[in-house]
Amino acid sequence: MTDYFNEMFDGGKVRPPYNGLDGWTREMPAEFRAMKQAEAEALFRRIGITFAVYGEGGDPDRLIPFDMFPRVFTQMEWRKLERGIKQRARALNAFLLDVYGRGEIVRAGRIPARLVYQNDAYERAVSGFVPPRGIYSHIVGIDLVRTGPDQFYVLEDNCRTPSGVSYMLENREIMMRMFPNLFRENRIEPVDGYADALRRTMASVAPAKCDAEPTIAILTPGHFNSAYYEHSFLADLMGVELVEGADLFVEGGFCWMRTTEGPKKLDVIYRRIDDAFLDPLCFRPDSMLGVPGLMDVYRSGGVTICSAPGAGVADDKAIYTYVPEMVRFYLGEEPLLENVPTWQCAKKDDCKYVLEHLPELVIKEVHGSGGYGMLVGPKSTKEQIEAFRHKIIDDPDNYIAQPTLALSTTPTFVEEGVAPRHVDLRPYCLVGDKIELVPGGLTRVALTEGSLVVNSSQGGGVKDTWVLAE
Amino acid sequence: MLSRTAENLFWIARYMERAETMSRLLEVGARISLTPSAGHGYRSEWESLLQASGTAEGFAEKYGDPVQRNIESYLFFDRDNPSSVISCIERARENARIVRTAITGQVWDTLNTAFQDIRQLERKPRSEMETSDLCDWVNRQSSLLRGTMDSSMLRNDGFSFMNLGYALERADNTARLIDVKYFVLLPSVSMVGSGFDNYQWQVLLRAMQSHRAFHWAYGGEITAAKIVDFLILNPSSPRSLMSAAQKAMRHIDSLSRFYNQPSGPAQERVRGLVDALKATRVPEIFDEGMHEFLTRFIHDIGDLTALVQRTYLTGEAQ
Repeated sequence: MTDYFNEMFDGGKVRPPYNGLDGWTREMPAEFRAMKQAEAEALFRRIGITFAVYGEGGDPDRLIPFDMFPRVFTQMEWRKLERGIKQRARALNAFLLDVYGRGEIVRAGRIPARLVYQNDAYERAVSGFVPPRGIYSHIVGIDLVRTGPDQFYVLEDNCRTPSGVSYMLENREIMMRMFPNLFRENRIEPVDGYADALRRTMASVAPAKCDAEPTIAILTPGHFNSAYYEHSFLADLMGVELVEGADLFVEGGFCWMRTTEGPKKLDVIYRRIDDAFLDPLCFRPDSMLGVPGLMDVYRSGGVTICSAPGAGVADDKAIYTYVPEMVRFYLGEEPLLENVPTWQCAKKDDCKYVLEHLPELVIKEVHGSGGYGMLVGPKSTKEQIEAFRHKIIDDPDNYIAQPTLALSTTPTFVEEGVAPRHVDLRPYCLVGDKIELVPGGLTRVALTEGSLVVNSSQGGGVKDTWVLAE
Repeated sequence: MLSRTAENLFWIARYMERAETMSRLLEVGARISLTPSAGHGYRSEWESLLQASGTAEGFAEKYGDPVQRNIESYLFFDRDNPSSVISCIERARENARIVRTAITGQVWDTLNTAFQDIRQLERKPRSEMETSDLCDWVNRQSSLLRGTMDSSMLRNDGFSFMNLGYALERADNTARLIDVKYFVLLPSVSMVGSGFDNYQWQVLLRAMQSHRAFHWAYGGEITAAKIVDFLILNPSSPRSLMSAAQKAMRHIDSLSRFYNQPSGPAQERVRGLVDALKATRVPEIFDEGMHEFLTRFIHDIGDLTALVQRTYLTGEAQ
């Protein structure tokens, strides 16, 4: 039986960040709790935060379960994390600028050329292009797990369009509305500056040809997308337009929005669609979601696209292994956040080890996401493990393996009361003229007892994440 | 404002007005069916109501004979019927979800709650629900929406696009409702002005929840001439064609003021429409033929809608 780090209880003692919550749960009558839970659900449904799960059919208006028990960090803990996250965001951006430029890190032999240039996410179309301020990834979502009081690991980086930030903001709104006393008794750093910070970040990377206050818009694939709520929520908070590909067109070296007063020039696009769909003339010709000719405008400095096309090459699971190396190479610093030890099945020795230790490991697809296409060894049946063994042997390049981490737990409201459940954390780092991080993030919780999979598509829930003020 | 946003706002209002019209038609039908017919049994005008709502063909394909329960289901809960109340409310809510950022929290809340509620209603056994309760419910939803729009929305272009949607849809729907009464319900022209005729007018007034208003405005005997004046020409009657046309004019004017644009073809068109109504007298309508007059009006509203579409909703430079 693995010993999991419990973020609230150390033996019988309450750890300092949770001092303000011990009495709160102890004194909460069961009926009151049920009432509040129902109230929270009603609030979420009314504001329309729902989450459609890909490929499941079912209710398109499903709610992500919200757990009212907050997750808490002290200021000290947070500062450490913050330094590490910002460092990583800088290194990832330096890497992107480099591999679309001279490729020094490859020339120096620190990363194999094959992993970069033959990567599916490497966009030849932007090779040699330097985006405004040299930034490729403007919003970096870094998934972290904790295994001890001072031990955090980076699970993966998200350099393209990390989602979930609307939950961070709404979870807080709802907690403040339902439990104002908690916020009176605990001094909690606010997160509501995020949308403004995001808008400032976007404005700071306006293209060279923009000579006035930049016009910003969020480009969404449309209302059938599972994250549409988030797109419209952010557009609203930022005070920018929410556009679809069909609302935009390209003419005279600029990108224009179709408005009721005629065309309006657009300077910065926060796109929430994949590279492949951005421009049918440059990428997938069958894309109906993009804007024909957009990439030409982008490359000639008529519009900025955030995150820059091609940013995905930095958050690939095979590249992940090399991020600490990037920190050393570009920044000359030691990485403050550790990677999870990773075996790459593409390497012969690693693959042998992985195949011999399948029942203890977590196996992931190199390009997989959302908790799909993975095997959690200790939680799987013999048949599942054998099935995966064949998959790995058939296509070793497609898999990596990691030890099963002893993910920390935090108290969570469950049927029987309060019980520990495993959690992870995704903070959102903004990169523009400066690097910013709002104090908080999205805590995802595996609601099933013993489960280590926190993905919302796999029945995970979310929590409000607090950083205590000093 | 994005053209697509404007278009979505325009259609939210159109769908909600259409849902209301459907439920009013249903109410007319239900009321008529409670009236004993001349010989034995009860009167049935369901066939003609289906025709009026433009859903007769779809219904016949799916159900065959017009049985009241089926018609109620078809007009209210059937997603195969694009004009059913549930289809309209779902689409209005979907449009609202798309332009969530262009409407206020209260407006969204109203539409979203209506959507959640009708999905609850849908699951209840039909035998537990009276048609009149369902129709009341729909009227309440559209009143709520108009109220929240009025009390919470900024008086900007978005507000005008929604109201324009209401005005144009209402103009079209009211004209069709009157046309049903006159063209479809009335078996022969010789019956104009007969007692039978007047009874049907009353049902129509009731369905539009305007019978009180009518009595306040005119008093005395109900005559065809008074009702035609009330439903078509009277600017103080909220559902009259005149009211709808004037409302459309106000909001088209607001838009061009808001955008600092000179008077365009849509403005000229709507002004022409209002002026023509002002110059019209009841006997002239009877002379032209009610059905002909209404058909011409519906056609004019269609033209006007197309002009609004071309001017604001395509994103082309003016």
